[in-house]
Amino acid sequence: MDKSTKDKIKNIVGPVNFSDSDEDKLCYSYDGTALLHQLPEAVVFPDDEDQISRLMQLANEEHFNVVPRGAGTGLSGGAIPVENSLVVVMTKWDKILEIDDRNLTVTVQPGVITGKLQSEVEKFELFYPPDPGSMSVCTIGGNVANNAGGLRGLKYGVTKNYVLGTEMILPNGDLLKTGGKNVKDVAGYNLRDFIVGSEGTLGIITKILLKLIPQPTNSITLLAYFDRLLDSAQAVSDIISAHITPCMMEFLDNTTLNCVEDYTKIGLPRNSEAVLLIEVDGRGSIVREDAETVTRIMKKNNASFIRTAADLEEALLLKTARRSAFSALARKRPTTILEDATVPRSELPVMIGKVTEAAKKFDVTFGNFGHAGDGNLHPTCLTDERDNLEITKAHKAFDFIFNEAIKLGGTITGEHGTGLAKKQFLEQVAGIPGIEMMKKIKSVIDENNILNPGKIFSISPRCEGSLPSSRDQINDFVK
Amino acid sequence: MNDHPKSALLGVLPNDDILSQCIHCGLCLSSCPTYELTKLERSSPRGRIRMIKAVAKGEMQITDTFADEMQFCLDCQACETACPAGVKYGTMVEAARVEIENAGFGSKSGRLIKKIALKLILASNNNLKIAAKVLYFYQKLGVQKLLHKIGIFKLLSVKLYEIDEIAPAVSKKFSKKLIPEITKPGGQVKYQTAFHTGCLMDVMFAEINKDTVDVLSASGCKVYNPKEQVCCGSLHAHNGDIETAKTLAKKNIDAFEKFDYQFLISNSAGCGAFMKEYDKVLADDPVYAERARKFSQKVKDITEFLAVEKPIKNYGEVNKTVTYHDACHLAHTQKVVSQPREVLKSIPGLKIKNLEEADWCCGSAGIYNIIRYDDSMQILNRKMNNIKNTEAEIVLTGNPGCIQQIKYGAKKYNINVKVIHPITLIKQSILNNNNNS
Repeated sequence: MDKSTKDKIKNIVGPVNFSDSDEDKLCYSYDGTALLHQLPEAVVFPDDEDQISRLMQLANEEHFNVVPRGAGTGLSGGAIPVENSLVVVMTKWDKILEIDDRNLTVTVQPGVITGKLQSEVEKFELFYPPDPGSMSVCTIGGNVANNAGGLRGLKYGVTKNYVLGTEMILPNGDLLKTGGKNVKDVAGYNLRDFIVGSEGTLGIITKILLKLIPQPTNSITLLAYFDRLLDSAQAVSDIISAHITPCMMEFLDNTTLNCVEDYTKIGLPRNSEAVLLIEVDGRGSIVREDAETVTRIMKKNNASFIRTAADLEEALLLKTARRSAFSALARKRPTTILEDATVPRSELPVMIGKVTEAAKKFDVTFGNFGHAGDGNLHPTCLTDERDNLEITKAHKAFDFIFNEAIKLGGTITGEHGTGLAKKQFLEQVAGIPGIEMMKKIKSVIDENNILNPGKIFSISPRCEGSLPSSRDQINDFVK
Repeated sequence: MNDHPKSALLGVLPNDDILSQCIHCGLCLSSCPTYELTKLERSSPRGRIRMIKAVAKGEMQITDTFADEMQFCLDCQACETACPAGVKYGTMVEAARVEIENAGFGSKSGRLIKKIALKLILASNNNLKIAAKVLYFYQKLGVQKLLHKIGIFKLLSVKLYEIDEIAPAVSKKFSKKLIPEITKPGGQVKYQTAFHTGCLMDVMFAEINKDTVDVLSASGCKVYNPKEQVCCGSLHAHNGDIETAKTLAKKNIDAFEKFDYQFLISNSAGCGAFMKEYDKVLADDPVYAERARKFSQKVKDITEFLAVEKPIKNYGEVNKTVTYHDACHLAHTQKVVSQPREVLKSIPGLKIKNLEEADWCCGSAGIYNIIRYDDSMQILNRKMNNIKNTEAEIVLTGNPGCIQQIKYGAKKYNINVKVIHPITLIKQSILNNNNNS
């Protein structure tokens, strides 16, 4: 990017909202994804929609790429800069614009922190359920762009189930408004749902309208200890078969629970092969009945002990501990490659077995945890990026895990997004017609491919002969 | 970025593993007071670690921006509490500060204040006392009030005026005059304790030291107060002068070894935190490593000692509404969070109001409020708002810097609240019990 282009960018956003210092470029060269990083050419913090629109137009004229970014906690490389790119940081757009108590909606700017949004609406006894592990930090804009999930996805669904409307600046600079406060709205194509999960490749989200629900009044949180990993998986299947839908049903294997215990010191059973964290919630006596049924099923599946949270404070401790799992695993090794292979719930026990098999077969260490109730696992490879040989083995293990997940009717990513990290596997899940349709849509909306290009898929002629074989090619791309 | 020769940072840091442990997940961001102010990644722990890594590996040079961000950091270590991976952020930022100091970066006036404060005054007992005496007479003889009235400081510089206000009023008598080298309890000796008077605590808050020793001796502790003890060295270490810190650490080890004790009591969060780290500071010293390990093991914050050993059997009634502010070096560095609260809960009649963001830094942060006054005030503003919302009569906090900063905040924002050390309240409670029995 030459100086005159940078000057034009600076003119649009003003000098205080622009930086191309080495320090800032470095600090926006990564997100939460392991191994991937790339320096941008410059970073901006736009003030309003008009500035973003003009930046997009300039990008088309001057042929640079635009990469939108929230808090940078993503785990698929969605916010990592690409070649010749300008990072557009949206963290300063952090206002809650309206809480509508009559329609049960909230209107927010994209930089609002998810956890903050939740605590604000809870003051009105309203509830915004999606709760990704990073909710104390991540932004709602990033959640919408990645269709983020979380612990409560099992009962309450994921981000897409709560987005009623969006505003975003398209790559040509136009402002697109979708959806609204209507509970029912079938006018035209469902563009709103199509934007959710588009990973910043179709536009930069500037405003979000979210649905809220009444806050559940009762909840019971249980932690069940298992001496055998597979017993815990079977217990999950049995609870689902018993037609009980807890609000969360989280699984942690022995490696993970030990790391979490090292951090939180809340008395997790270090010798258990696995624990299940289960919360049932709702209104009235049904909550207690559900908890009793869950307890019975756990015992039937050889749970060695069941700990019931004495109060909300203890329940919060247990859930916060669970949310720290991914980062806590870094206590073991400095590089933690986290994936989110997901299978139909009935296949969970098989999939857990496959992760153990992958670890043995490729001689790498895994910590495994995840949203057992919805089949969304987070097998995390504990490795060290300074050891090339081990990283190669880790990639092979993940290839194996993804292939096995797909064979079981699963998918390569349940909630993190495709981004850079998983795009080589997308074709196996979406199929060639699926990917081709995505590419066509992208090229119509973003004619010059300036907005977050190379994420989800690459727009380039299809390779003749063999497909790209490994992550090395992704790494080459981002270098 | 160009290739530069490898920085000495890697030499300062214990090893590359510490640099590599951050997985840049970002969970630290919301805990960081400076990131909350700027929303810039480079003002966050994650961003700073990335920059330190780049400097350490020679990918980036130390620049003004780099130096500024390292000094902007409060070193409150709230990010270490927030970090599930256990990243040693404090170690890294302190190592970076050593590098910055060596490379001669930072504003000239800031460096001068630091140099005078750290090298000349704090490092020597006598100099500190002479400085304190001068300050005392300056404050007590009305010179300060007179100058304030004339507004001469305002004319010179608003900042200098404000800094003068932050400087605590000097105690009339220093600890050594108030506390003998050995204090025996009234009854039977149940615990052998040693007491670190601290440097600032000694001259600015000698009464708190007196209260601490009074409470200890009233609860069956024999208290040793070695004459030769010195400043713990934490302010030096946190500001890049590790060598002076090591010298002070050795002097303290020598001084305390003359006595046989079970617990070394500190009532200053910063000192306690650093003395608990003497083992790491002197780990490579052939003469002191093992002695430092033994020394550090015995260090306990006063509230930690009271909560764990429970030497006080009967607390007397105190009918006050209080709130508790966690000093960073108590909560984040020493992980002493529940103990002071437990002790307070034992006091009958005491109403304890919950303080929102109790463990969020108050902006005092050693000498931060002097060398980065404006930033410190923005952080203090947030703290005072939260304190105001509690409607408490008294704020309790276990660190001299915090006491001073919050006192200053109460005055600045006109909030009617007293700021005292928990031990002062505990002493009151014991006195009330004795009066009633």
